[in-house]
Amino acid sequence: MASTEALLNVSLWRGGQDGRFESCQVPMFESQTVLDVVTWVQRHIDPTLSYRFACRVGMCGSCAMTVNGVPRWTCRTHISAVAKNGSVEIAPLENFPVIKDLAVDMKPFFEKWQTAKGVFAPSKTRRDKIAPVSPNSEARIAADRAIECINCGVCYAACDTVRWNPDYLGPAQLNRAWTLVNDVRDAKNTERLQAIAQKGGCQSCHSHQSCQEYCPVGLNPTASIAGLKRRTARAFLKGDISA
Amino acid sequence: MSIRLYIWQRLTAALLAPLIFVHIAVIFYAMRRGLTAADILSRTHGSVVWAAFYGTFVLAAAIHGSIGVRNVLAEWSPLSGRAAGIAAAIFGAMLVALGLRAVAAVVLL
Repeated sequence: MASTEALLNVSLWRGGQDGRFESCQVPMFESQTVLDVVTWVQRHIDPTLSYRFACRVGMCGSCAMTVNGVPRWTCRTHISAVAKNGSVEIAPLENFPVIKDLAVDMKPFFEKWQTAKGVFAPSKTRRDKIAPVSPNSEARIAADRAIECINCGVCYAACDTVRWNPDYLGPAQLNRAWTLVNDVRDAKNTERLQAIAQKGGCQSCHSHQSCQEYCPVGLNPTASIAGLKRRTARAFLKGDISA
Repeated sequence: MSIRLYIWQRLTAALLAPLIFVHIAVIFYAMRRGLTAADILSRTHGSVVWAAFYGTFVLAAAIHGSIGVRNVLAEWSPLSGRAAGIAAAIFGAMLVALGLRAVAAVVLL
């Protein structure tokens, strides 16, 4: 962690939705992450800088920001990988209301999570035997590909459809719904399919695949949404759900 | 987009794919054989097959295209969803009218 003489030119978003970028210089270190830079600014230049983080190891999904125009998890993004000509621009995530500086309001994100019925609905009680789920079953394999989302909001910030259509539920929310649709233990999948076939549901996705491109844990919400499109269309044609 | 419109758009896309392929093949055939407008009209005149082919093509394209236009208007213009739907329906009706008029011109006249 020996300091070098090199300085990084940092442009940070300050204020709310109608804020502006402010510049400062931060000493560069080996293996320095974007989150390290933001933390350095808060501790050495301006303690009023607001941002959000918790685990610092890519588990909690708290620290996502827009780095040089790209949504990223900042705790796992090395400055050396993103700085251009010794400069970096750090802004709050797009498609979210800005609370202050680099902290965004996640409320719309999790409200849509609820609208997409992203909550497990148990079909058994604690007195029943544990449901056997074969790891080789088609449903489990499909769910496996979509779990491990850390709710960082990177896909939501990268999504063009979210930007253009305020009703759109969002890639993370629909990806979560897909994992539950493939959970044989869940009791409310018809209601879930009904919820995500409404205005702003899975049919609104344009398959631009920005979610897949930028997901820091390598998930593919576009594929999950494609699965939901097939599943809801089948349910509609069978008369299980209505338009 | 509602699931009903989504299914209509996918069904018409599935229908249009082979129709477009045949349409392009016909264009290549006509160009390579050097067919004149009179040659083409002599073959299409009174043909139930070509009337059905291009009639289906026009209806599928009008439905498919107008649903797409509705989505573009709803997402990129200040129009509300309902206004975008009305504008797209008018656009679709125009496609049907112009398309069927063209089909009639090569089959009936």
